[in-house]
Amino acid sequence: MGLLELLTPALLTSLAVIGGGAFFLLNSAALAVYAERRVAAFIQNRVGPNRVGPMGLLQPIADVLKLILKEDVVPAQGNKVVHAIAPMIPVITALMTVAVIPFGDGLVGANLNVGVLYLLAITSLGVYGVTLAGWASNSKYALLGGLRAAAQMLSYELPMGMAVASVVLLAGSLSVVEVVNAQRDLWFVFVNPIGFLIFFIAALAEANRTPFDLVEAEQELVGGYHTEYSSMKFGMFFLAEYMHVTIGSMLITTFFFGGYHLPFSSHWLPDIGNWKILLDITVFLGKTCFFAFSYIWIRWTIPRFKYDQLMRLGWSRLLPLSIVNFMVIAIVLWMMR
Amino acid sequence: MFELYFPIAVLAVVAVVLALVLMVLSGILGPKRPDKVKLMPYESGMDPYGQARDRYSVSFYLVAVEFIVFDLEVVFLYPWAVRFLDLDAGAFWAMMVFITVLLLGLVYTLKKGTLDWDSSTAAHNRA
Repeated sequence: MGLLELLTPALLTSLAVIGGGAFFLLNSAALAVYAERRVAAFIQNRVGPNRVGPMGLLQPIADVLKLILKEDVVPAQGNKVVHAIAPMIPVITALMTVAVIPFGDGLVGANLNVGVLYLLAITSLGVYGVTLAGWASNSKYALLGGLRAAAQMLSYELPMGMAVASVVLLAGSLSVVEVVNAQRDLWFVFVNPIGFLIFFIAALAEANRTPFDLVEAEQELVGGYHTEYSSMKFGMFFLAEYMHVTIGSMLITTFFFGGYHLPFSSHWLPDIGNWKILLDITVFLGKTCFFAFSYIWIRWTIPRFKYDQLMRLGWSRLLPLSIVNFMVIAIVLWMMR
Repeated sequence: MFELYFPIAVLAVVAVVLALVLMVLSGILGPKRPDKVKLMPYESGMDPYGQARDRYSVSFYLVAVEFIVFDLEVVFLYPWAVRFLDLDAGAFWAMMVFITVLLLGLVYTLKKGTLDWDSSTAAHNRA
């Protein structure tokens, strides 16, 4: 069987969706950087970047060009191979999550029957990048940042996993498409609000965003794990952070806010034929943008936690709460069966 | 099977190539003027004191150990959560007992203060 016979229309469609998704994700990271600076300026009553291009929209391109043209400094006593591999890991894992996220009815790269597991597995690999970066630099600030990152991301992965498990209970499937379709009538945020809150907080912590940015706490650790990174290696950590903002928003939308479905859409939405695809994509991206905005909003509103507060919140508040939430949902579903 | 996983493999290759290109590009285009001071680890302008890879707090290890226990619990939950409405009462209550045991274990470690990062109370609780 030749290679050409393997390229069926279905396969070409999913390749196109994955390509579009990855392209969107990369651009959304650039847009998120711009949005972050403009929103921060708005919240702090400043102007923000407005010189490069119309309204400063080309600022991210200028930033990337500047970073690429800078000198790449590798600390003499660090581990050079690990130092080079570490910034690639978060970029690769962030890009790979986009494969199983449905952007619209039938618009999914790969409708895996274990899509939820795939998402959890890939996103949790991101911790390696940050931790290895901290260790390979052979700098005290970087090592502390890397250790904190490992402990923090491990701690918040547990409540996140439990919150997703409660979604799986409600959907009865590990396929991301099934999870979205189970919310056609009722978004899971209405059934499982505690699960949503836990997932949202854990997603903030997994992306190392304020109030959980102790990993790079500027005032005490200089730059945390990326203290010893410069040039585009630093740029890749930066890119990955904003891709994680977009992915976190996409996951919140997919698991709790009905993906591409409008609220209670099966009751009132008329049949609009092929325009449904456009509506689906618009609805999905609209919700994603809203949550990406709330990430930025939270960053410029809430101060950073102390490390003991962070750990107490994760282990003695969120984790027991998420386990009890899971048990209550399981028991209620069992009684209603 | 092939149709499902081939696109993911393609995406993985694209992601790795993209990361490599970004990495190589800055290596080619950027200037290279290393000197001894520039290559030192940054320590707020002072000469670095000792090696960075020193001993660190045992609490980080404890977090890792606890993580393995509860992450395995979560992994056990997923297959059960998919099918639990089709299983009989025994399977349901067995899982409830399993979760309860681990929840009690979590309460025990929290009471014991193993995950308490405020050193003054932690030392008091462990004693």
